[in-house]
Amino acid sequence: MSAVAERLTGGQRVALHYFAAAVVLFAAQTFFGIIAGLQFVTPELFYGVLDFSVNRMVHINAMVVWLLYGFIGSVYWLIEDEAGTELVGLKLARLNFWVLTAAVTVVVLVYLLVQVGAGTRLSIWLINEGREYIEAPRWADIGIVVCMLVFFYNVAATFMKGRWSGISGVLVLDLVGLAGIYLAGMFFTPNVSLDQHWWWWVIHLWVEATWEVLVGCIMAWGLMKTLGTSRRIVTTWLYIEVAMMLGSGILGLGHHYFWIGTPEYWLGIGGFFSALEPIPLVAMVVHAVYDSGRHGFKSTNHPALAWFIAHAFGNFFGAGVWGFMQTLPQINLYTHGTQWTSSHGHLAFFGAYVTINVAMIYMALQKWRGDVWMSGDLPDRGFKWKWSLALTNLGMLGMTVALLIAGYQQSFLERAVGGSTWGAFFAAQLDPWFVQAMVWRNVFGMVFTLGVMLLIWDFVTIGRGERRPMRAAAQSA
Amino acid sequence: MDSIPWWASEGAWKKIAIWVTGVMLAVLIFLTFDTVNQITAGSERVPHYSAINHRVYYRLDRARGYQVPVLGDEAPLFGRMLSADEAEALVTLGKLTVQAKNCMNCHTLLGNGAYFAPDLTKSWLDPAWVSEDVREELMLEFLKDPATNARTFGSGRRMPHLGLSDEEARAVVAFLKWMATIDTNGFPADFPAIRQVGDR
Repeated sequence: MSAVAERLTGGQRVALHYFAAAVVLFAAQTFFGIIAGLQFVTPELFYGVLDFSVNRMVHINAMVVWLLYGFIGSVYWLIEDEAGTELVGLKLARLNFWVLTAAVTVVVLVYLLVQVGAGTRLSIWLINEGREYIEAPRWADIGIVVCMLVFFYNVAATFMKGRWSGISGVLVLDLVGLAGIYLAGMFFTPNVSLDQHWWWWVIHLWVEATWEVLVGCIMAWGLMKTLGTSRRIVTTWLYIEVAMMLGSGILGLGHHYFWIGTPEYWLGIGGFFSALEPIPLVAMVVHAVYDSGRHGFKSTNHPALAWFIAHAFGNFFGAGVWGFMQTLPQINLYTHGTQWTSSHGHLAFFGAYVTINVAMIYMALQKWRGDVWMSGDLPDRGFKWKWSLALTNLGMLGMTVALLIAGYQQSFLERAVGGSTWGAFFAAQLDPWFVQAMVWRNVFGMVFTLGVMLLIWDFVTIGRGERRPMRAAAQSA
Repeated sequence: MDSIPWWASEGAWKKIAIWVTGVMLAVLIFLTFDTVNQITAGSERVPHYSAINHRVYYRLDRARGYQVPVLGDEAPLFGRMLSADEAEALVTLGKLTVQAKNCMNCHTLLGNGAYFAPDLTKSWLDPAWVSEDVREELMLEFLKDPATNARTFGSGRRMPHLGLSDEEARAVVAFLKWMATIDTNGFPADFPAIRQVGDR
C-alpha cells in the first residue's frame, strides 16, 4: 500500500475504488442482459421469478450507474494532475463512494427481491419509480443528488484551489448541468405526457449533451497523456465539440417530442437539430485519428489508445449514424418503440461511453502497477487486451445488426402493415426473420460476454511483473 | 503561434461555444414554457381526466393527414359517471400502479419503454378486446390474472402475475382509456381501432 500511496495521488486512490465498482456493475449489466435476451426466444425462462421487466431494469440501471462510476472515477483520476494541487476533500470523496455504493446495493437488492409494489406513492419512494432508466426509488434519487453535489464541490473547489484550464472550465460547468438536470425527473404526475416531457430532459440532456461533453473532457486529457498532443489543440477541439454538440443536442431533444402529446412544431425542430447531431461526432473521429497518426501511433498505453479510438468510431456510428437513421419524424413514426431503438441504444452506449471508461481504466492500471510499459510488445503479445477488444466490439456490432434487422422487420410488419395493434405486435414477434434476428442477438451477446470476461482478466493481470518503465510521452508539437 | 487564423483559435471557439450554448438554452426554455402549457391536462392536446366519461375515437383528420383522438358522447367507464376530481383520482391511482408494477420495462407507453410486450398508447382501442360490450370486463380479468387469461397470440410470452387489486385494475383501465385521448401527432399510424357505437 505504501508504494502505491507514493505513486498515486489521493484522488487516484479514490478513483480506483470507483473503477473497481464500475467493473463489477459492468459484469452485472452483461449478465442480466444475457438473461433478458434469452427471454425473447425462451419466454418461460425464469417466468414469475425473474421476469423480463426485472432483468431489463437491472440491465439498464447497472449500465447508467457503472458509466457514472466510470466518469466519476475518471475525473478523480485526472483532477489533481489537471489542477496541479491535491484534492480538497479526500475523506469526503471516500465517504461519498461508500455511501453511494451502499445505496446502489440496497436499490439493486430491492429490485431483485421486492420487484414491484402496490399502486401507492410509498412504492415509488421505496421500491421502484417505474420510469425507464431512472427507476431508482425517490429516496435513492435524493441520495444520488447529494452524492453528485459532494462530487461537484470536490471538483470545483480543487480547481479553485489549484489552477484552471480550458478542460477544467468546461468540466465544472458541465457537472452543474449533469447534477441539475437530474432534478427534472424527480416528481410524480398522473399526466403521462408531462411525465415523459421532463423525463426526456433527464435522459436526453444527460446522454446526448452533458455526458458527451464530459467524455469530451476526458478524451482531451487522455489524448494529451497517451499521445502527447498539445494542450492548445485539444482545448480548441473541446470548444469546437461543445459548440457543435450543444448547438445540435440541446434542441435535438425535440426528437423525443414527436409522439408524446407535445406540440407539432417539435417535428420540425427535433428533426432538424437532431439530424445535425452526428457532425461533432465526425469531428471527434477526425481529431482522434489525425492525432494518433501524427504521432505514428507511438503511445504510452496501447490498450488505452485503442479504446480511445474505439470510442471515437463507436460514438460516431452508435450515437451518430444509428441515431440519424431514425431521427427524422417521417421514419421515426414507424421505428419509434421498436428494436431499432434497442439497436441504436446498444451501439451508442457502448461506443460512446463504455469504450472511454475502459480506456481510462487501462490508464489507471498502468500507473497503479508502477508506471509500467504498456506500449507494443507486451507479454503473450498482449492477446488478452487485443482479443477482449475484438470480441466485445464484434459482439456488440453483431447484436446491433441483429437488432436492426429485427427492427426493420417490426417497422414493416407491425407498424406499417399491421397498424401497431397487439395482434400486429405479436405477428411481427413470431415472424421467422424476427426470431432469427433474436437468436443471432443472443449468439453475439455470448461473444460479447466472452470479451468482457477476457477484459476483466486483463484488468486483473496486465502490467503485473512488468519491469520496463512506461514509454515517455511524445513532446507536444 | 501568430500564424493561427482567428477562426481556428482557441479564444474564438471558446466564445462561440458559450454563445451557441446560451442561445440554444434560451430557445429551449422559451419552447418549454409553451410546450408545458400545451400538454397540461385539460388542454386541447391532452384532455382532462374526466375524458374517461366519454367514448374515445381515433379518426383520420384530413387537414392534418393522420389519425387524432376524438371525444364522443358519454360512455362512462364501468357504467359510472365521475366528477372531475373523482376521474383525476382514479387516473392518478392508475398511473401510480403502472409505475409501481414497472409496466414500462416490458411495454412501451407513447412508444417509450421496453419492447418485450405491446405498446399501450392506444391499447384501450385495440381490436383484441373484441367489442365495446366486453372490453372493460376482459381488461379487468386480464390485469388481475394475466397468467390464466394470457393473451400471448401464440408467442408464449405471458404477462406475469403482478398482484393488482380490483381497484388498481380498474384504475389502470381508466389510465389507459385516458392515455388514448392524448393527441400524439398520428402515432401510431393507420391504427385500426375497435368498432364502437357512433363509428363512421
